[in-house]
Amino acid sequence: MTRNNHPMGQPTPLVEMEHATVRFGTTLALDDVALRLYPGEVHSLMGENGAGKSTLIKALTGALRLDAGTLTIDGTAMRFATPYDAQRHGISAVYQEINLLPNLSVAENIRLGREHRSHGLISPRRMEREAAVVLSELGLSVDPHSPLGSHPVAVQQLVAIARAISTDVRVLVLDEPTSSLDSDEVAELFRVIRDLKERGVAILFISHFLDQVYEISDRITVLRDGALVGEYLPTDLLRIELMQKMLGHDAPELLSRPRPASAAVPAEPYLKGRGVTSSLGICDADVDLAEGEVLGVAGLLGSGRTALARALTGIDALDRGELSIDGRPVRFASPRAAMKHRVAYSSENRRTEGIVGDLSVLDNITLALQAQRGVFRKIPPARQRELAASWAEALRIRPSDLDRPVRTLSGGNQQKVMLARLLALSPRVLVLDEPTRGIDVGAKVEVQNLVADLATNGLSVVFISAELEEVLRVSDRVAVLRDERVVDTLESATLTVDAVLALVASPETTEEGE
Amino acid sequence: MTAVETEKAPRNAVFAGIDTFVNRHASVLPTVAAAVILSVLLVGANIRFDGRFLTPGNISALLLNNAFLMVLAVGMTFVIVTAGIDLSVGSVMGFTGILGASMLSGGVPAIVVIPTMLVAGALIGLLIGVLVQYFNVQPFIASLAGLFLGRGLAYVVSLNSIRVEDPVVLWLQTTRFRLGDWYITPTGIIALVVVAIGALVMQYTRFGRTVYAVGGSESSAELMGLKVARTKVMVYVISGLCGGLAGLLLTAFSGAGYPRYGIGTELDVIATVVIGGTLLAGGRGYVLGSMIGVFVFATITTIISFMGAEQSWTHIIVGGLLLLFIVVQRAIVARTSRTG
Amino acid sequence: MTAIIKHRLFWPASALVVLITVNMLANASFARITVRDGHLYGALIDILRQSAPLMLVALGMTLVIATRGIDLSVGAIMAVSGAVALTIIDGSEDPGGFGTIMIAILVALLVSLVLGAWNGFLVSVLGIQPIIATLVLMLAGRGTALLITSGEITTVVSAPFKQIASGYLVILPVAFFIWVAAVVVVGVVERRTALGMLTEAVGINPEASRLAGVRSRGIIWTAYIASGVLAGVAGIIYSSNTMAADANSAGYLIELYAILAVVLGGTSLMGGKFSIAGTVIGVLIVQTLESTILFLGVAPAKSPVFFALVVIFVVLVQSPRVHRWGRSVFGSSRTSSAPDEDAEKKEVAA
Repeated sequence: MTRNNHPMGQPTPLVEMEHATVRFGTTLALDDVALRLYPGEVHSLMGENGAGKSTLIKALTGALRLDAGTLTIDGTAMRFATPYDAQRHGISAVYQEINLLPNLSVAENIRLGREHRSHGLISPRRMEREAAVVLSELGLSVDPHSPLGSHPVAVQQLVAIARAISTDVRVLVLDEPTSSLDSDEVAELFRVIRDLKERGVAILFISHFLDQVYEISDRITVLRDGALVGEYLPTDLLRIELMQKMLGHDAPELLSRPRPASAAVPAEPYLKGRGVTSSLGICDADVDLAEGEVLGVAGLLGSGRTALARALTGIDALDRGELSIDGRPVRFASPRAAMKHRVAYSSENRRTEGIVGDLSVLDNITLALQAQRGVFRKIPPARQRELAASWAEALRIRPSDLDRPVRTLSGGNQQKVMLARLLALSPRVLVLDEPTRGIDVGAKVEVQNLVADLATNGLSVVFISAELEEVLRVSDRVAVLRDERVVDTLESATLTVDAVLALVASPETTEEGE
Repeated sequence: MTAVETEKAPRNAVFAGIDTFVNRHASVLPTVAAAVILSVLLVGANIRFDGRFLTPGNISALLLNNAFLMVLAVGMTFVIVTAGIDLSVGSVMGFTGILGASMLSGGVPAIVVIPTMLVAGALIGLLIGVLVQYFNVQPFIASLAGLFLGRGLAYVVSLNSIRVEDPVVLWLQTTRFRLGDWYITPTGIIALVVVAIGALVMQYTRFGRTVYAVGGSESSAELMGLKVARTKVMVYVISGLCGGLAGLLLTAFSGAGYPRYGIGTELDVIATVVIGGTLLAGGRGYVLGSMIGVFVFATITTIISFMGAEQSWTHIIVGGLLLLFIVVQRAIVARTSRTG
Repeated sequence: MTAIIKHRLFWPASALVVLITVNMLANASFARITVRDGHLYGALIDILRQSAPLMLVALGMTLVIATRGIDLSVGAIMAVSGAVALTIIDGSEDPGGFGTIMIAILVALLVSLVLGAWNGFLVSVLGIQPIIATLVLMLAGRGTALLITSGEITTVVSAPFKQIASGYLVILPVAFFIWVAAVVVVGVVERRTALGMLTEAVGINPEASRLAGVRSRGIIWTAYIASGVLAGVAGIIYSSNTMAADANSAGYLIELYAILAVVLGGTSLMGGKFSIAGTVIGVLIVQTLESTILFLGVAPAKSPVFFALVVIFVVLVQSPRVHRWGRSVFGSSRTSSAPDEDAEKKEVAA
């Protein structure tokens, strides 16, 4: 294993991990990995899911102990027993899933655990004052007294960062901090990160967004299968090289479209929505979806992407508007009703709204079909197995053991199980909400190619993703959403990321409601 | 960041104002509702009984008769706010009561007996807490073990009722500090002091805030460096301690220990805590709310005995009231999660 | 071998076997079964007979727990059902008549069904937490039963009605056949239809199930109705046994014993995967233990101490921490099972 010499040639690293090894039973989750963090740098940690990123972070932040190897801070060997222990030594982490307390106030979320106490009593006033200071540093105008749960996810994420920086943080781990932020918010976050850098904080940054990684990083460490691939400077490393290092093989398909964009839009759409409105965040949306077409949906968080998907598939009731299939008007009172019309939805929240964790892969695949047949018409066990096996095979679900609880599969395979569940219904319309969120690059490409194959076979797909590149790669046309409305629907072949961004992020805001 | 703030455009200023208010004070609303119900009950009963209900003597008796319930409710509030539950409190109270009575009748001085009762309660709480925290046992099951243990031990101590003649214990109940027609017994004072301490600890100590934090999200609380394990064990110890103290109060109140005391009391306690506005899902609730819940319960009992109706109506009405409250809470939670 | 040990019924079943063996060693008469008038008698037969109410209640509880719920009201429903049946028999002119008894049973079961449906309505339609929703009826139900019996213990004489709990069919007790029939019906319905799998899906992930088109409302509702009806049957057997409608003690604490039995049988209180066979074993363990305590000459009132110890023992055996201790004590021989578990945990945490 060759490691690049440290490019900046600074004297001592703030954090140094050597030969870090973590075992789960016989599996090596982390195998002899080295990581160095210098004060005032942004260091990106890259790797597929299962590459060992989370394990490394956990070892660094005291959530997990190293089985072998050393962790030194400022030259002193450390063994953190708990995350709190690590925090006291200046190592804080902000995770993708916000690990805060929705029922407590913003101020408490920032200060609790290190609040000032006199005679053992807390002064809520003082706590709120202290919190307000930190919040203003972040340019965040929220009432410190308000309960955290009453704020949008993006604000909660920034509160989590506020908590981290309100201590004497020296190392800040940001694990997928941008996955629920829109581009303005990302810019704001990066401003904060640069500010922290100035103060000499070492930042370990994990993100699936390559753009962001290249924008913010000073150095990149790549892991694969629990082992260290290497440490690089972003300027020395082309994106395609980075991907190859993460995947461990050439990935030419990453660059090409999975299929040619269909040239002509068929005259009569299969699924037609007019004035689709739901109080949960979509207003007067017109949608046309032709047979065999992939319609991409682009827009910022809160622009109505998910609300549109849910309104089209009977998850949320329509307040106004009409849907028709093949020219015949339809009303979906429930997801079940939509599925009867062979319109199926896969949620962006895989864990909470997608898989049924403790059930087997087999049961998960047959679930929707069985639900549709009803309680009494049970699919014969042999038929169930046959059906599940054929889908598992077709979608290359790994491991192929159908009796395994689905929660033990990786994110990408869970996603495929969800797809298989819907495909088992022989749907005509698939609405996929963030089908590639939180899965590794390899699985992402697989899912994208699969979507393309399905469309080629005549299925109509609505493809929603926060990653514009992906939307453009997969879709024939792209519906651009802004402020809960469809602002335009465009041929994707003629589009570039920048063009869509311009539409999406257009500054004019229309604030009107019912 | 203003883009984030205005993500959901307000319908109009008035609704936005209400939304904001509901959002900010959502956790207090159920407790306020309980207070309103209590006032309605008291005033209504007073009208129904031609002014014979809201008398100083009657109101004083409410506290006197339910001091033990109030102490249990304080302990239960701690447990429920962590999203736990303690089914053992009734039998812990029964056990410590009969244990104390038995020791007193054996000639052990009260100065030894009373701490022993408290420690016995706390120990059962500790057992439950350790099972919950360190052995991942669901609170329902762990405290079920506590319920069985407490009740069984009560019968092990004695199968029959034991009279208490110790002057110290009886003093707790018979002494009446009077102010005009109002009076309060030492047991009542103890109950109010427990409520005050409980409320103070919950709102203004790190431990108290950690109790809420654990109820909000245990894993987050842990990642935030809060002492989750200790807190989770402690709430059951507190509940057990309250059970022991309630055993003392009940023994003083009834002048005897009886192994069947407190059967089903855990349900009354849970009902009063929920009526007082504490969410069983954890993370929200107030000790003072639970006190109001106890008063609601006590008032209903008193109204029924005023009417000379069957006491079995008490539980039917408390059940109905519980239903009303959870439906209201449900509506509030649904509303806040929607606007949130 | 390891496949047997890892089977989820292994531990409950061995516990039952050990319990029975210990009893037989301690007292040979425990296993003795005698034949009188073509009927079997003996301690083991008594266990089969006496376990009927708990078995029925636990069966319903299993279904409810599988949906991630809990039904605290079963004891109260038992009291109501018994009170209704006996009050009807008591009030009729022909307490021993077949028609009277059928009407009494039908009305009692109908009332139980309504109460179960009420619970199901609160949980599945109004979305109220099960523990609280059923607490309502637990508090109010017993009060209602007391009102039905006017607060007295109604004693009834009706020989045919008495047969339900004490009678024999061929060589075994009627009550035994009732619970076996209930187990078979529930088992067949759950596994031969898709109800079992859909119930588990709803219990594990309600929202995902809804999005997959599962009618979770109906499934949850069904579970509570089943629980109510089964508790009603249990109430009839109980009242037939005592021939007195005692609204205070009928089904007292049975919800807790039922939950204990379900958990002993390996069904998690967190819902999802459930095992009817496990529940049957769990109930038999509870009932055998009860008999054991009596056999040992301990006052029945003190028996809760033993149940406390059983609960503590069982939860400790199931606890991951104890498993880890076990592995470290017994060395590496069983570490092969470790990575799987850890990997699963990791996946869940990730």
